[in-house]
Amino acid sequence: MTLTKTDRVAAVPGGAAAPPPNRIRAWATRAPLLPALIFMIVVTQLPFVATLVISFFDWNALYPDDRKFAGFSNYGDVLSDPALRKSIWTTILLTVTVVLVSLLLGLLLALLLDRRFRGRAAVRTMLIAPFLLVPVAAALLWKHVLFNPEYGLFNGILNAIGGEGAAQPDWISEMPLMAVEASLIWQWTPFMMLILLAGLQSRDSQLIEAARMDGASDWQVFVHITLPHLRRYLELGVLLGSIYIVQNFDAVFTITSGGLGTANLPYTIYQTFYQAHENGLASAAGVIVVIGSIILATFALRVVSSLFREEVSR
Amino acid sequence: MTTVATATKTVSTRPGRPGRLRASALGILAWLAGLAFVAPLLWMVLTSFHSEADAATNPPSVTAPLTLDSYREFFGLTGGASPWPAMINSMTASVVSTLLTLLLAVPAAYALSIRPVKKWTDVLFFFLSTKMLPLVAGLLPIYLFAKNTGLLDNIWALVILYTAMNLPIAVWMMQSFLAEVPVAIIEAAQIDGAKLPTVLGRVVAPIALPGIAATALICFIFSWNELLFARVLTGVVAETAPVFLTGFITSQGLFLAKVCAASLVISLPVLAAGFAAQDKLVQGLSLGAVK
Repeated sequence: MTLTKTDRVAAVPGGAAAPPPNRIRAWATRAPLLPALIFMIVVTQLPFVATLVISFFDWNALYPDDRKFAGFSNYGDVLSDPALRKSIWTTILLTVTVVLVSLLLGLLLALLLDRRFRGRAAVRTMLIAPFLLVPVAAALLWKHVLFNPEYGLFNGILNAIGGEGAAQPDWISEMPLMAVEASLIWQWTPFMMLILLAGLQSRDSQLIEAARMDGASDWQVFVHITLPHLRRYLELGVLLGSIYIVQNFDAVFTITSGGLGTANLPYTIYQTFYQAHENGLASAAGVIVVIGSIILATFALRVVSSLFREEVSR
Repeated sequence: MTTVATATKTVSTRPGRPGRLRASALGILAWLAGLAFVAPLLWMVLTSFHSEADAATNPPSVTAPLTLDSYREFFGLTGGASPWPAMINSMTASVVSTLLTLLLAVPAAYALSIRPVKKWTDVLFFFLSTKMLPLVAGLLPIYLFAKNTGLLDNIWALVILYTAMNLPIAVWMMQSFLAEVPVAIIEAAQIDGAKLPTVLGRVVAPIALPGIAATALICFIFSWNELLFARVLTGVVAETAPVFLTGFITSQGLFLAKVCAASLVISLPVLAAGFAAQDKLVQGLSLGAVK
C-alpha cells in the first residue's frame, strides 16, 4: 500500500518535470514535516542523550565541584541499592496489577455495553467519567474521601452496614500499594473498555450471524470469533496501558508520597534528583527506565503497526 | 452501521421470554456497573456541597443540608490563597501548547497523508516511538537547562514541553483524519485550476475540522493534567492547577468538602473537553490505532 501512495504522488499534475525541479519538489513535500520533526528531536530526544551522558558521572548537585567521570558505577549503585531495586520491582508489580485488572474489568464492561439496552449512552458516559478526572484530583478523592480511616466513605459504609464493631481498616497504611492500585484501576478501566468496545464493534456481524445460524452458542461465538478478533485490541490495551502506567507519578506522589514501599521508578527518579540531588544516580535510573520502555515499545509498535497496516489496506 | 446490524438481528431472531429476561438482566447489570464506577465521583459532588462538619461524619450524612461554603473557601473568598493564578497558568499552558501542537502537527500530518513524503510510515512510527519513552528520564537535563537559562518557574517552559509531549499523538491523530480526505477531490480541484491554498481551505479544511477539534481537545486534556514537570519546573509564579491541588495532599483538619470542591472545579475543564471529544477519545488515546 505504500507503493500506491507513492504512485499517487507521481501522478499529481505537473509532476513529470526535469530533474532539478524534482528535487525542489521533494523538498517542498518534506518542508511541512520538518518543523515538527526538528522540534520533537530537540525537545524530547536531546534530553535523553544528556541523561545518558550524566549517568556516567558522579555528580551531586550540592557538591558541583566534585563532578567526575565514574564509568558504570552509577549503574552498579542503582542495581545494588535496595531502595532503588525495590522501586524497580514496585513499578513492575504496580503496572502488571493495574493493567491486568483494568483490562479484565474493561473487557466485562465492554461486553455489557456491546448490547442494546435502555440508557446505553448514559451508562457509557458514566463509565468514562472516572477517566476524565484530573489524576491528582482522582488520587485525592481516593486518599481523603474514600480511604480516610475515620470518616472516609468506605469505612462509613462498613459502619452503616455493620453497626457497632464493624471493621474500620486504615486502608492506606495497611495496604498501601493496593490503595494506589485501586485508584489507578478505577481511572484506567474506562480506557481499556473504550479500546475493547471499539474492537467489539469492528467485528464482522455477518460472520457472527452465520455462526449463530449454524447453532453456535454465545460461549462458542465468544471463544471462537470474538476472542481471536479481540486479541490485538487486548494486546494494544495491555501495551498502551503499560506505557502510561509505568510512567505514573501522580497517584504515587499524592496517595502515599512514595512511602510505605510504594515508590515506583518515576517517583524514585524524582526524589533522587529533586530531593537527594544525586544527578548521576537519577540519570542512571532514568536510563534503566528507558531501556525497559524500549523493550515494551518494541512490542507495542509491532501491534500498532499491524493494526495500522490493516487500516491502510482496507 | 453496527447499530443497524444489531437492530435487524434483534427483530429477526425475536428472542423468546427467557432470552428477553436475560437481556434485561444484563442491561440492569450494565447500569449497576456504570453506577458503581461513577459513585465515587457523585459522592465527591455531594460532599463538596456539604459543610465540613457534615462531610466528616461516620456513618456518612447523605441527607445533610447543602451549602456553597467550600466553594467560597476554595475561591479564596474567605481569605485563603486564591486558585485563580494557578488556573490561569494552567489555561495558558494548555491552550497555547495545544495551538502550537496543531500548528506543527497539521502540516506534518499533511506531509504524511495527503501528499506523503517517501517512507512516510517510517516517519510516522518515529513520532510514535518518541511517545513511548518516559519523559521522566529526560527530566533532569530539562530541569538543569531551565535553571541555567532562567526558565525555572516560567510558564513558557511548560508550554514548550507540553507541545513536544503532545506532538506525537497529534501527528498520529491528524494523519488518520487527513488520510480520510479523498485525494481524487483534491486532484479534481487542482485540474479545475484551483491554487493550493484554495484547495486546502475549501476542500481539505471542512473534512479535517472535526478531526482537528478532537485532536485539540485531547492535547488540552493531557496538558491540563500534567503534574511531574509542572511540579519540578514551577514554583510560586508559574504554579499550575494540579500543583495547586498537591497542597491538599497532607490532611489539614476538617477539609474534606474543600478538597472535593477544589478537585471538581479543577477537573471541570477536562470533564468538559473529554465529553466533547468522547467519540474520538479512544482514537487519540490509542494514538490513532483504533478508530
